[in-house]
This record gives sequence, structure tokens and C-alpha cells, in this order.
Amino acid sequence: MSALVEVEDLSVTFDTPAGPVAAVAGVSFRLGRERLGIVGESGSGKTQTGRALMGLVRPPGRVTARRLRLAGLDLLALSPRGWPSVRGRRIAMVMQDPRFCLDPVMSVGRQIEETVRIHGGGRRQARERAMDLLAAVRIRDPARVHRAYPHELSGGMGQRAMIAVMLAADPEVLIADEATSALDAHVQNEVLAVLDDLVAARGMGLVMISHDIDMVAGFCDRVLVMSEGRVVETLPAGGLAAADHPYTRALIAATPRLAPAGIGPAGHAAVAGSPRAISENSP
Amino acid sequence: MGVIRRLLVEPPASRRQAAAGEALRAALVILGNPLALAGLAVVVLFLAMAAAAPVLATHDPLAQDLAGRLAPPSPAHWLGTDSLGRDIWSRLVYGSRISLWTVVLVAAIVGPLGLVVGVAAGYLGGLLDAVLMRITDVFMAFPRLLLALAVAAALGPGLDNAILGIAATSWPPYARLARAETLVVRDADYIAAVRLKGASTARILARHVAPLCASSVVVRLTLDMAGTILIAASLGFLGLGAQPPAPEWGAMVASGRQFLVDQWWVSAVPGAAIFVVSLGFNLLGDGLRDVLDPRLR
Repeated sequence: MSALVEVEDLSVTFDTPAGPVAAVAGVSFRLGRERLGIVGESGSGKTQTGRALMGLVRPPGRVTARRLRLAGLDLLALSPRGWPSVRGRRIAMVMQDPRFCLDPVMSVGRQIEETVRIHGGGRRQARERAMDLLAAVRIRDPARVHRAYPHELSGGMGQRAMIAVMLAADPEVLIADEATSALDAHVQNEVLAVLDDLVAARGMGLVMISHDIDMVAGFCDRVLVMSEGRVVETLPAGGLAAADHPYTRALIAATPRLAPAGIGPAGHAAVAGSPRAISENSP
Repeated sequence: MGVIRRLLVEPPASRRQAAAGEALRAALVILGNPLALAGLAVVVLFLAMAAAAPVLATHDPLAQDLAGRLAPPSPAHWLGTDSLGRDIWSRLVYGSRISLWTVVLVAAIVGPLGLVVGVAAGYLGGLLDAVLMRITDVFMAFPRLLLALAVAAALGPGLDNAILGIAATSWPPYARLARAETLVVRDADYIAAVRLKGASTARILARHVAPLCASSVVVRLTLDMAGTILIAASLGFLGLGAQPPAPEWGAMVASGRQFLVDQWWVSAVPGAAIFVVSLGFNLLGDGLRDVLDPRLR
């Protein structure tokens, strides 16, 4: 399996008055043409890992790694001017809430076309591509949605439009950062199905960042469990029940579940402890 | 009435109907405000005057008649003649074109300039922001007329230089405004999303940030038009605006100064024109602000 993404010893460090804080502390993984889930509680570093792959860690955050490669391209050596040709074209990201992630004063169609045109497509080609993609993300009336502005779409439609925007330039890797967390369960499944289809059809690599371990387990091929900026365990999605690491087990136990009939109220455990305070985090 | 009622129906059936309804509602607010309506009437008359100047003028605005100089208003010369026997009504009519040209050109320079400076400063931040904002501070520290006067005097008298002078003193507030709006949208998720698609900084600024700031800049421009007319007239009065024999209103006021007691109309007529037009722009601007600014609704 040729790796699309190779990450070795990735750290994202923020300098604070209390000393440097490592949001990500030495993460390594490889991504092939597969669906990889990254789960962990808030503050476990999963989002910063995604942002580091996009070159969008905001200052004062610093990214260091022994190796950070995207299909043979060394991301660490990329200059600020080099990044725009990589983002969108080779690696793209879908963020959490479509209501805030689409430009409110530009029609959905133009936002999709913009991605194509940024990466060198012509006007006609962009328009055709936008219509194809809207159909591909299973929007029933592509012509209407093409003209629509973001506030005219429902959450599920907005997220599908966002996926279309991000796939318009045919990236090899898609990062979905809590892409379905703002949606209700039914719409969530629809959007996941769309993602699944597209990833399979295009042979892309998908990184699914989420706190929802059940959803990730059901959707992905492999799951990376992160805590306190480190990968604590890597599991095949099916093998979650056999997880050894106490943190993974705690995470699974913390998920609320419907109680089996007749046994009484549903219970769910809390993950022991809390995310580290800044002071504890300093090396 | 049937059409009007259909436009105001809730909820609107189509986007076009909603837009028309919104425009109609704005029009009704302006029509319901007598002062704004008066301002609108003045501005419309001013525009019509500039557009139809050749039709409205009874004489050649530059033709001299030294025998008939300083004549009082009469059927032959509706508003009298000036010290060179030129027809004041005709000069007034053609002078409206100069004022309009000044207002339009100043707006065309100041709006984009302020937008570019403000958006760049607000989005890029850091050293650039500090430098650009200190430059605007320097410009804003001078009284507007004084600075315009200095710029126009340094460049040499003339209408074009007066316009440059006014523009040079008017842009800083627009830059401030655009910067403030930019700071609001800069960290929005959709700007981050546009970066994720691979858009360059220039593209983000031009396509995604500037359009959001443009509307408040346009509102401010309409509010400032009265001030622009007054400053242009002041420069003309001081001899730094349009040069003789051009019928610039401020210069016309200046030319009648010596005859103010006996032939008062030579100064008073163009002075009244300046007063009425700038008042009209002011009233209309206030009315428009009530319509366009959602915070005042």
C-alpha cells in the first residue's frame, strides 16, 4: 500500500506565557486509500493534527515533524506561496458547521466554481463540474441549489454543498473535521453515505476527525485514538470492542446508549480525569 | 394599489418579489419622511439640471456682454448678469455639471482607495496595519479644508487638482470603516474555508472580504457628498478650484464679492445654489441611512 499521507513525530506547539504547550506531541501515522478515523475528547489534539496537514496552524502555533509528506510532496519544505496550490487541489478539508463555512454573499454554485477556477479550470468547465458535483452529493435539484445562497439551504444540504466545494478540484486526501457533528442523526447518515460513495469512487484517502467513537467505528476502516496530543492506540474499526488501552475503553464506556428494554435507566460513565491544564502540559 | 399590496405580501413567493418588496418598503420610508423627500427632490432636480444644461441655459455661459454687465434679474437675464455681462442663470446651470463631476470623481477615487487600504490593513494586520493606520491618523489630524487647500495649492490651481486634493483628504474615514468591517469577517469560518480551497490572499480579499465591506462604504459615500460639494465650492471660492472662465459655483460667489452691497445677486444666487444642493444631499443622506442601516430600524 503506497501511503498518501505520512506523518512521523508531528508536534504542534504553542508558546504561552506559562511556557510552550504541545497540543500535538509526537503523532505518527500513515494514510493509504482508506478511511481513517481520529477520535479523542476535546483538546486531544485531533483538530490541530488536521490543521497541520493543511498548513493552517495559526501563529503562534509551531509545527515540527520528522516527516510530513503528502503523496511524495514534502509539506514541511513548502513555502507560504506554495501552499495555495496544494490546498484544495491535493488535500481538502470539510469543517463542522456549513452555516458558517459557506460565504453568505456568494451563491453556492459560484463557490464550487471558484475552487475549480482557483486551480486553473475554465469558466465552462467550472460550471459543468459544479452541476456534476451537486448531483454527485445527491442534491435533488442541482440547478436550483447552484443559484441558491447558503442561508436558503438546510444544514444537510449545506454540508453536502460544502463537500462539493471541497471536492471540486479533485483532491487526493479529504479531511472531515467534525463534518457531521452539527447535523442530526438522520442527516448525518445521509452525509456519511455521500462521503463514503465519493471516497470509494475516487479512490481518495479520508481522515475523519470526530469525538463520536461509534460513528467513526461504523464508518471508518481504522481508528486512531488520541489523548493529550498523542496517539494512544490504533485499531481496526471492527476491533474496537477488543481495545486494550484504558483510555479507549473509557471513551467507549462514556458513550450514551439506549438501555435494553426492562433493565432500567440508561447509564453512561465519564472519562476519568479532565484534559490537562496548561501548566501540567509543559515539558 | 393592487401591485403594491402584492409586493408587500408575506411571505414573498420568489426572490425577485422579496427584493422588489424590500425596495418598495425602503421607498415608502423615504416617502413618509418629508425632509428626506425634499432632499430627494433637490438631488433629482440637480441631476436633471446637469443632464439638461444645454436645453435649460438661455445664453452661452461664457459669452461676455460688457455693455450689459451687472444687470439685475429681468426677463432677458432671469438671474441677472455678472461683472463681465455673462448670464448668471446659464452659468449656474452649466456650473451644476462641474459640481456633479467633482462629487462623482471624488467618490470614485475615495471609495475604492479607502476600501483597499482598510481591507488590506484589517486582514493582513501586523506591521502593515500599524503603518497604514498611522498614515490615516496623520491625514485625519488636519482639518479637511486646510489639507485639501494645501494639496490643491501644491499641485497648482485647477479643477482636477482640486478633486485630487479633496480625495486626498477624504479617504481616511473610509479606510477606518473598511478596516473595522474586515476585522469582523476576518476570522469567520467561511474565510478559513476559502483558504482551505486554496485561494490566495489577494483572492480572499477581493472576492470574499471586500464585497462585505462595500455596502457600508457606499452608505458613507452618499452621506459625505454634501461635504464634498462644500469643500469643492470653498476651493473654488479661494481660486484653487475650477479656473475662470469656467462657471464653478464657488468661484462665481467669489467674483461677486466686490459688488455684494449693490449687485447682491451676483454672489447670492450661486451661494444659494450651493446651500440648497448640499442641504438636499444631507437630508437625502440622513433619510437613506434610516433605510439602509438596520441598527436604526
